[in-house]
Amino acid sequence: MFLPLPALHFALCEKSNRFLGNGHMLTGVISSEPSADIISTVEFNCSGELLATGDKGGRVVIFQREQESKNRLLSRGEYNVYSTFQSHEPEFDYLKSLEIEEKINKIRWLPQQNAAHFLLSANDKTIKLWKISERDKRAEGYNLKDEDGRLRDQFRITTLRVPVLMPMDLMVEASPRRIFANAHTYHINSISVNSDYETYLSADDLRINLWHLEITDRSFNIVDIKPANMEELTEVITAAECHPHQCNVFVYSSSKGTIRLCDTRAAALCDRHSKFFEEPEDPSSRSFFSEIISSISDVKFSHSGRYMMTRDYLSVKVWDLNMENRPVETYQVHEYLRSKLCSLYENDCIFDKFECCWNGSDSAIMTGSYNNFFRMFDRNTRRDITLEASRENSKPRAMLKPRKVCTGGKRKKDEISVDSLDFNKKILHTAWHPKENVIAVAATNNLYIFQDKIN
Amino acid sequence: MFSKGTKRKFSDGDEEISDESLVGARVASSYSLQRQSLLDMSLIKLQLCHMLVEPNLCRSVLIANTVRQIQEEMTHDGSWHMVTEAFCGPGQSPSERLVATEVLCRSREQDAEPKLFSVISYEGCREEEVVADETLCSVSVSDTVSNVCLAGRVGQCWEKSELSGVERDEEALEDSRLDSGEDEEIDTEDGASTESPKTTGQVFGTFEIKNGSPGPDSALEELFSDVDTSYYDLDTMLTGMQSAPKMGPYDLLDSLAPSHSSPSIVSTPTCRSDLNELDHIMEIIVGS
Repeated sequence: MFLPLPALHFALCEKSNRFLGNGHMLTGVISSEPSADIISTVEFNCSGELLATGDKGGRVVIFQREQESKNRLLSRGEYNVYSTFQSHEPEFDYLKSLEIEEKINKIRWLPQQNAAHFLLSANDKTIKLWKISERDKRAEGYNLKDEDGRLRDQFRITTLRVPVLMPMDLMVEASPRRIFANAHTYHINSISVNSDYETYLSADDLRINLWHLEITDRSFNIVDIKPANMEELTEVITAAECHPHQCNVFVYSSSKGTIRLCDTRAAALCDRHSKFFEEPEDPSSRSFFSEIISSISDVKFSHSGRYMMTRDYLSVKVWDLNMENRPVETYQVHEYLRSKLCSLYENDCIFDKFECCWNGSDSAIMTGSYNNFFRMFDRNTRRDITLEASRENSKPRAMLKPRKVCTGGKRKKDEISVDSLDFNKKILHTAWHPKENVIAVAATNNLYIFQDKIN
Repeated sequence: MFSKGTKRKFSDGDEEISDESLVGARVASSYSLQRQSLLDMSLIKLQLCHMLVEPNLCRSVLIANTVRQIQEEMTHDGSWHMVTEAFCGPGQSPSERLVATEVLCRSREQDAEPKLFSVISYEGCREEEVVADETLCSVSVSDTVSNVCLAGRVGQCWEKSELSGVERDEEALEDSRLDSGEDEEIDTEDGASTESPKTTGQVFGTFEIKNGSPGPDSALEELFSDVDTSYYDLDTMLTGMQSAPKMGPYDLLDSLAPSHSSPSIVSTPTCRSDLNELDHIMEIIVGS
């Protein structure tokens, strides 16, 4: 059972603190990172119980949802820190005399198969498989060693006893189980776990590799768009994802605004696509920036596997996999920036890579914008809302107020004009709980978790 | 002093011009100004490569595509063509002139190849004085007021270096097609030089004007034959670590970026900071 999108109900009752309709309310649960590290990826696991964030310093912080207490009917579980570990360290490539950043580009969870949790984390060059396991028992009563670990004097061992397991404080351990290295010349931008739960793909600017989770010393190269002469390079891979149900299908997007769907059954090297998705350009809106803003920064399959969503600089598009010549839905994220493209090119904001995500039922999509704004679109009602993730405007358990950007003319109260937007406050990474209306929004170095509440 | 041969079509004294065409002309010139500033901005962006952290390939490709698009449009509407006409022979297409400036950052005594120096010209732009610092082989750009085609300036440098007796590769001169254009340039520009005397002594030892085809780099290829060049292709160009000269749009990173702020000579810090960073790294490696 999926709850209707709460934010839209909220938009209706903005003038009152009472709850109308189904009485949904958006609350804010804010947790901030202890250091100033910038969050670079956010991902819920398959059940939604865990939320992983990666940051620029190479650390991974995992939050766990509290179990709902029967006593407190009104509160849903809050997310608290579960585990923190250093996933990647900065490295130095001696051959090229270049530093390899430790920034985590992507985290993807593996489906849970036993008590432990597994996730893949990737920086620019290396992917690591981490096992996160709990330890809440400790064996006591060893024969050969004392409680503090020192070996016992052999003469003092007179009897044999069976060690017993005693409860201890919960300890969460993260250990690297596999390191998949040296397979990427260029920067890794995507990883995606296949539905067979045995393989995963990793994509950099020019190549896509297919790995087996158990095998670290080799991978299959399945896409290679590097030209023989690098001077002819005009297009790079920007994102890639495996189909959620068909383990032979994956897609990758490019900097020219195209998406290619490939079938690994067709050939060992999937340079020839099975399907090619591109929307014809509108000649009236052509400018020198047309190509840059058409570059796709993220591609995500819907949970159903029937649609996919792409994010380019100004819009989000939903594609039906059966129709290649145009998207079925297009949502404008911040069309008011179209007239500012030159300034955004100058300050490099035009190259910002925004991500997008589906809700659990594929009825709504979410993506980020500037000024710590993020946008949600309901696909059924075609309504949309802009919300802000900031401390000043949302206290814990307070309702979120919809925001509006004034595009011209007279600015109404509570509206923000385009020129006062803060382009340093950008929300690039957002995630939606796979089953419930809980969202995680990363605003620079702060993580905001919002959930809806029934009064 | 003005060498490009584009006469201003409308003059103040012409009363025939209607308002519409004036506005049209203004719009057109403001468009070309905007386009020019976009081109300049893009070239600067391509040039600012970080030494220790690899540049973002996607961003670089998008900027390079934008530059290419502008160049194509400028070629198409003739503004590029008129400039390149000045120093290329007839029968050559303008796209052949779209070569990039490329300067080896480090002097290589063992390098038998002549150093490469080619030109991007800007229509109607400020005079750009190319000055080479022979100790570090970096290219300095100075921004002066007069409206001279860059090719002409290069020609003057060449000519004056010849006079000052700096060593030069004879072959390079013969290969260069700039010769014929050069002489014309110099004749018209002799009296109009605003070049300061100190720059003449700082000219590179050897020059060769490329005409767009990939230069002979067999000597360097031999040197690096055992190195996997896939690492070095685009990456090195964009990171300023140049191992082998390559031609193409990515070489624009070394092209002349006019310094808008001051007319004084501004040397590109790339090579110097390269050396400092490398020294620093070597210290760490050796010291530990």
